[in-house]
Amino acid sequence: MFDLDRWQEILATIRQNKLRAFLTGFSVAWGILMLVVLMGSGEGLANGIQHQFRDDAVNSIWVRSGQTSIPHKGLQPGRTVRFTNEDHEVVARDIDGVEYITSRFYPRGELAVSYKGETGSYDIRSVHPDHQYLENTLVSKGRFLNDLDIAEYRKVAAIGERVKDGLFGDAPAVGEYININGIPFRVIGLFRDEGGESEEEKIYLPISTAQKAFAGGNRIRMFMLTTGEEELAKTEAMTEEIKQTLAQRHNYSPDDRRAVFINNLNEFFQRFVNLMAGIRIFVWIIGIGTILAGVVGVSNIMMIVVKERTKEIGVRKALGATPGSILGLVLQESVLITAVAGYVGLVLGVALLEAGGRVLPESEFFINPGIDLPLALAATALLVVAGTLAGTVPALRAARVQPVEALKDE
Amino acid sequence: MLRLEKVNKSYTVGQNRLHVLKGIDLEIDGGEMVSIMGPSGSGKSTLLNVLGILDRYDDGEYHLADTLIKGLSETRAAYYRNQLLGFVFQSFNLIPFKTALENVALPLYYQKVSRRKRNRIAMEYLDKVNLVDWAGHLPGELSGGQQQRVAIARSLITRPKVILADEPTGALDSQTSLEVIEILRAVNREGTTVVLVTHEHDISEMTDRVIHLLDGVIGHEQTNGGGPKPAVAGDGPEARAGGGD
Ligand SMILES: Nc1ncnc2c1ncn2[C@@H]1O[C@H](COP(=O)(O)OP(=O)(O)O)[C@@H](O)[C@H]1O
Ligand SMILES: [Mg+2]
Repeated sequence: MFDLDRWQEILATIRQNKLRAFLTGFSVAWGILMLVVLMGSGEGLANGIQHQFRDDAVNSIWVRSGQTSIPHKGLQPGRTVRFTNEDHEVVARDIDGVEYITSRFYPRGELAVSYKGETGSYDIRSVHPDHQYLENTLVSKGRFLNDLDIAEYRKVAAIGERVKDGLFGDAPAVGEYININGIPFRVIGLFRDEGGESEEEKIYLPISTAQKAFAGGNRIRMFMLTTGEEELAKTEAMTEEIKQTLAQRHNYSPDDRRAVFINNLNEFFQRFVNLMAGIRIFVWIIGIGTILAGVVGVSNIMMIVVKERTKEIGVRKALGATPGSILGLVLQESVLITAVAGYVGLVLGVALLEAGGRVLPESEFFINPGIDLPLALAATALLVVAGTLAGTVPALRAARVQPVEALKDE
Repeated sequence: MLRLEKVNKSYTVGQNRLHVLKGIDLEIDGGEMVSIMGPSGSGKSTLLNVLGILDRYDDGEYHLADTLIKGLSETRAAYYRNQLLGFVFQSFNLIPFKTALENVALPLYYQKVSRRKRNRIAMEYLDKVNLVDWAGHLPGELSGGQQQRVAIARSLITRPKVILADEPTGALDSQTSLEVIEILRAVNREGTTVVLVTHEHDISEMTDRVIHLLDGVIGHEQTNGGGPKPAVAGDGPEARAGGGD
């Protein structure tokens, strides 16, 4: 392999027919380029989808109340279903597999939020402490709500960084009191959110405090829970169980699809995971197909080369070339052409992706296209294998050339 | 040096078997210069190819330098060709994209001699055929006679025991032919056995012994005692214009 003379022999023969070597290489380079661009784009798409899920825990089930739409046990449709703290407790206690669970209660009407004369309008969510795991809330200063806040009806608030910026500017916020509809709440922490800026314009209050302070009684608007490491099938069973429990508690038909809305994000996520897997397989099939076409091209051209060089091979054999050395000559030429061309394709493909990532407009669904190093190395290894494969048949034919036949004067 | 005993060879063409060599018995001693003559199709090339281990024979025995050459693997055959034999062909068979020097050096490549060393040796052999000035030229830039001299230098570079030449002057004009034979004669004087196939009497007359092949059988042999006779210039039937140098 590292026989310098052999390489010089090969380079000499490639130089013999530059155009042909170029055309051969081109098909391989094109194949690899396609593979890289396709894989990179697939990656960008996957990143984009991942991005869509950045805000909420993907292993979660969301339950919202609605209005009944079909008659049930003599009751008319159109009744509003109202969840209460009890629903939360029953689900938390009776449904097996619940990891984190939180309810949400939204105080009615627009609430004015102010601090020392600065006022703003912010989204107020009153929740349980587990909420931070469901929304991927990242505490940046202080702390999030805890169980004592709930139990003792504390007037505390965790505020988003944008709320802090709006009300406090550069002044420290933690420990200060903000005013919500005339009621002072102590700021216990600041947070960022993967979900972006709008998620940082929120204020979280303990649900018990909010229900009391803003005339909520024991009502909750919705609750959501995570399912830990449970399998998809188990989470579907949990969804069904929740549906049955709530239907019974609120006296509506389990088949009523508008009384309660239950979203199992596990299912959505699984669907996207499957979609991504599908795209990856598709990309590989296309890419491998293109490379295979290149390989067949190389093989064909090497075949022609061998045929054209039959006489030369005969002469070499008469001068003492062994079948092995002829085999190596052709095989190595094939590997060289494929590897060099493939490498060029690889580099061009990566460059194209880079350029594309820079030139294309920002999109939520297409983020950071590119391929990683192991993949690039795998592709390179693939190329050497492909080159060997492409050269095998022609090389064997070359090795079998009979000197008498080759040297016959036409 | 070369010994054939009852060697038979036939080709199968479609349904028919063509018996080409019919029980050849032949012995050529080391240092001899022998020519093989005979009508076209009588089996001269086939015989030379068997001697050159370029082709197989069906039965009988062939000993080359006391080695039985029979049923060899291709790799083994390549080894003997490289070590013991040198070939000169009617159509020169130089590799067109290699310079004269690289062509001459090629057999040493298959002996794994380093590039530097084999190029140096190749230059010596080009000198022997008076072509040092043409070392860097491609075969296409040389006349027929020059190409054949390059081919002879190539056949000699491994210091083979036997040179086999199939109509080495077949594509050359008579003047050039004589020069080529003179070179082969000189090689032979240094001890190398030379076997050549030719149509031309003035060429065969310059060899020690002439073997007449007729329809796959050795007819008569004729010994030219007293070494080479003075060459008589004249156009042989096969002589073509190859361009003198
Ligand atoms: N590979 C082959 N297949 C079939 N027939 C062949 C082959 N090589 C030679 N022959 C036949 O064998 C005979 C002898 O050929 P050859 O040795 O080339 O004769 P010469 O060199 O004396 O002209 C011819 O009839 C030729 O047609
Ligand atoms: Mg012949």
